[in-house]
Amino acid sequence: MSFNQIFVEPWVSHFSAYWPILVMAFFVTAACGLIGNYLVLRKISLVGDAISHSVLPGIAIAYMIAGSRSDLAMFIGALIAGIFTTLIIELIHSRSKIKKDAAIGITFTTMFAVGVILVSLYGADTDLDLDCVLFGKLDFMASKEKVFFGLPQIVLTMGFILILIILLIVLFYKELLISSFDPSFAATLGIKPRLVHYCLMCSLSVVVVSAFSSVGAILVIAMLILPAATVYLLTDRLWLMMILSILHAFLSSIIGLHLTVALKVSTAPACVVAGMFLFILSWIISPRYGLLRYLSSSFDLSTFQKEN
Amino acid sequence: MNKSFRSVFLIFALYFLSIDQLYAARIGELVESNSWDQIKRFFTFSDRGLQLSLIGALLFGSVCGLTGSFIVVRRMALFGDAISHAVLPGVAIGFMWGMEKDPLAILVGATIAGLLGSVLVQAIVRTSRIKQDAALGIVLASFFAVGLCLIRMIQNHEGASKMSGLKTYLFGDVAVIDSSDIMTMSVIVVLTFVLFYFLYRPLLIVSFDRQFAYSLGIPVRLLDAVFQMFLVIAIVISLQAVGVVLVSAMLIIPAATAYLLADRMNKMIFLAIIIGVISAILGVFFSFLGSNLPTGPFMVISSSLLFAMAYLFSPKNGRITNWYRYLQLKSKVRKENTLKLIYHYLEKNAEAKEGVNIEVSELLRTSKGDTKGKLSSLRILEKSGSIELENKKLSLTNLGLEQASSIVRNHRLWELYLTNEANYAADHVHDDAEKVEHLLSEEKVKELELFLDHPTVDPHGKPIPGRGQV
Repeated sequence: MSFNQIFVEPWVSHFSAYWPILVMAFFVTAACGLIGNYLVLRKISLVGDAISHSVLPGIAIAYMIAGSRSDLAMFIGALIAGIFTTLIIELIHSRSKIKKDAAIGITFTTMFAVGVILVSLYGADTDLDLDCVLFGKLDFMASKEKVFFGLPQIVLTMGFILILIILLIVLFYKELLISSFDPSFAATLGIKPRLVHYCLMCSLSVVVVSAFSSVGAILVIAMLILPAATVYLLTDRLWLMMILSILHAFLSSIIGLHLTVALKVSTAPACVVAGMFLFILSWIISPRYGLLRYLSSSFDLSTFQKEN
Repeated sequence: MNKSFRSVFLIFALYFLSIDQLYAARIGELVESNSWDQIKRFFTFSDRGLQLSLIGALLFGSVCGLTGSFIVVRRMALFGDAISHAVLPGVAIGFMWGMEKDPLAILVGATIAGLLGSVLVQAIVRTSRIKQDAALGIVLASFFAVGLCLIRMIQNHEGASKMSGLKTYLFGDVAVIDSSDIMTMSVIVVLTFVLFYFLYRPLLIVSFDRQFAYSLGIPVRLLDAVFQMFLVIAIVISLQAVGVVLVSAMLIIPAATAYLLADRMNKMIFLAIIIGVISAILGVFFSFLGSNLPTGPFMVISSSLLFAMAYLFSPKNGRITNWYRYLQLKSKVRKENTLKLIYHYLEKNAEAKEGVNIEVSELLRTSKGDTKGKLSSLRILEKSGSIELENKKLSLTNLGLEQASSIVRNHRLWELYLTNEANYAADHVHDDAEKVEHLLSEEKVKELELFLDHPTVDPHGKPIPGRGQV
């Protein structure tokens, strides 16, 4: 693999093939990352993981009934599965001595197991298989029929969802901000923290379900948390976090694309690996919360203690 | 604890002896036949591959139950999930080592990756302001993605045919377990059990009361590290059969089931081991019936079924058990209230005496509300022989009289107790007594009588009936 093949050719000779993949990767990572900021701030990061696992049986059944990919059927199936999971978690958690973490663990693994069985039993008839669940189908974007700017329909749908998420965040920026940091203060201002929470969960499910077909059920959690965690180490301002997480999404999809070309791997995991490198970078060199800062400050403290 | 461990050891010893006679054969190599034949074949245990799978199920099911119990009580369920995903790159690298399925290399690779994952989670939490949940998510997803990339690279390098060995590590296939796997597994399992046996007490203290453990001088951090090693080992042992994606379920679900059923840690561990083994064996059974299906999901579903059973029917706190108990109490209360109504009627109408018929309509007129319910409970009372119904008239039998007077006695004794001993006002005691009268046991009543020195009159001036008198 020469430098030319890895870094130049995707932009020149194979551009039409890589363009939809790149755009889709960016749309998915950006939409997930924006929502993920709130998950990280509210300390409920693993909810995204639970949701993406537990909607699998709903999506599988929707695939089976609808015969092939149909966005609406998929959303309805996923929605029913998601609500069902939430109910079961509440039922186990509130009516027995099982703690919440175990209740989540039990429910989403069971749902996922049901989904895996359904997919491996009936997935052969549709284009849903276990590889799709694991790796996602980002690489297949290029082979889809292109409708606009060399982009297939599904990428446009994802872009529409991204715009929707951005609009929601811009419109309800204040409400989300206050209820994330200080729910009781939000309540005194007349913002209902529970309502905000449910709306957030709703948009989370929409993003997770629409990301499912391109990044699979397991890697979604990376798309949700990595951008937010990376930028959380860099800034204290929420609006700056938002902008930086979009930047993170942009960088990780470009680096991920080049990784894909270089190593001949699937695009979705490659984007996650790229995002992971960005996170490690920010973890180490972040000026205020980084590892270097931590080590130097703890070193200072220890010398200080020795002197006294 | 001692006893349960000893019995588990005994079982392992027996299996160790029998392993030598087994040789590798795989479920997948069986001739296709109908499911009834498969069921027969399963229960005769004649198939060598099946025997190996069952031994494997026994081994990893027990370790998962043991480790899972601590995970559930320490509320580390999501930690277990993250670490179980994080072993994937280790599996891939272990596979790359010899470019074939070398169980030992994969085991070592997976263990290292799992430990690295758990160290990384703690490092992120300690050195930055990222919280535990986000750190778990980062490690889970990043490691998993690295693993997926490595798997794809192996696939590119070696071709898809070699991949089948590696694919089983994702969703599990109990059929690929052969006798060398079993040997490795059993050595590790026995080591785990021995270590747990010696570390049981300190681990218990660390799990339930860290501050106390610190004060006792127990090396808490070291024990945490040891426990994380146990966790990784339990995950690695179960990898082949359950798969990376779902292995955390085998840690959480059997232990959570045991948690519902038991109150003491040693009982819980014992039950969790049994339930873990049962769900693993059930998973083997289900995947034995259908061919070419991943085993992991079936194990998870069987353990969830067991969990659902415990959740609904657990003798102590099962949802259906509780509901049944509630219905029973409700019918008892209704029956006793009706008896009380009759008693009050008899008391008011001095001319009515034992054995005298009472007009049912007259009785119902003395109280407000639900006539239908009262009529039905009268019918129930007739069936149980407490009253006799004839021609719309009823009369108390001796049995009924005794029951009625005992419930009134309970009521009035409790009223008296509340006014005399708890300083309640006499007009405030009725509602409380209305509830407690149904719950007082025979002994409590006797105790009350003794305590109140066999009173004859309640705070409202009504007589407290003795046995069988009106």
